Amino acid sequence: MSFNVEKYFSELSNGNQLIYYKGNIDSDLINRILDTIEEKLITSNEHSKLRKRVYIVLVESLQNLYHHVDKVPEGFEDQTSEKYGILEVSKVDRGYKILTGNFIKAENVGVLEEKIKRINKSSHEEITELYKYILNHQRISSKGGGGLGLVDIARKTRNKLEYIFREYNETTSFFYLNILVSERN
Amino acid sequence: MEPIIIEGTPKTPTIKFDARTGVFEIKGRSIPENSVEFYKPLVDWLDLYKESPLSKTVVSIKLEYFNTSSSKCILDVFKKLEAIHKAKYDVEINWYYEEDDEDMLEAGEDYESIIRVPFKMIEIVE
Repeated sequence: MSFNVEKYFSELSNGNQLIYYKGNIDSDLINRILDTIEEKLITSNEHSKLRKRVYIVLVESLQNLYHHVDKVPEGFEDQTSEKYGILEVSKVDRGYKILTGNFIKAENVGVLEEKIKRINKSSHEEITELYKYILNHQRISSKGGGGLGLVDIARKTRNKLEYIFREYNETTSFFYLNILVSERN
Repeated sequence: MEPIIIEGTPKTPTIKFDARTGVFEIKGRSIPENSVEFYKPLVDWLDLYKESPLSKTVVSIKLEYFNTSSSKCILDVFKKLEAIHKAKYDVEINWYYEEDDEDMLEAGEDYESIIRVPFKMIEIVE
């Protein structure tokens, strides 16, 4: 039943990669990726508005992985990564795409999917209200996340969250999230 | 009480809170993975300051970036300031944002709508 998570990731790839990484997501790695991307955006003379937005959305994407990924399943090729994730940042016509992939326990899929669906059907104003509500009412979880990452990404990009869950085995799925950060009209 | 001064890093802001002048500043980037750990000393310090604040406290927030986990900690800082303001002391929050940085302006407006302390939105023009 299991499938090749990396191969499927490459099928979803947006091409024109600025960075690609697979493996353990720790704090040092996050620093290195952020430095690399910031440098690339500056040397390519990207407009400061878009550059800053790509940067902060990437921060949230990486920290979502850092705080929320579930353990790799038994039998997966990489057993050494405590927090296994895949990341790609690409340049596309309308801006940049950030594609991430990570394991998620099957039992957690429903809640996450509901959350994304709720965000995707909300207007910008509703997302702003949701953001403020969570900011003011929800405590930081034991995992260290604030529950605001995806809401913030949707709010800043003004784009729908594209996602896919693929069943890896009976207890584990793989979650792909494809985020477009574009110029706003 | 001693001022609290924390030098900035690429992921954490510079903090300068001085109880002798009532001038407080948070400046730089706030994007650590563990923001609670970073902000705890600051929140504890404010708990002490709140006992005998100056008649006027001016807080400047000059953030280039902050992550969502910091956003909750910044709210905790503001809630301490709100308590001081509620006790009839003068508190003012100056929220700086770079020219055209709508996201940072919006973020300031979020806090302004939650916290009952006078906010001033100040655009930094280069």
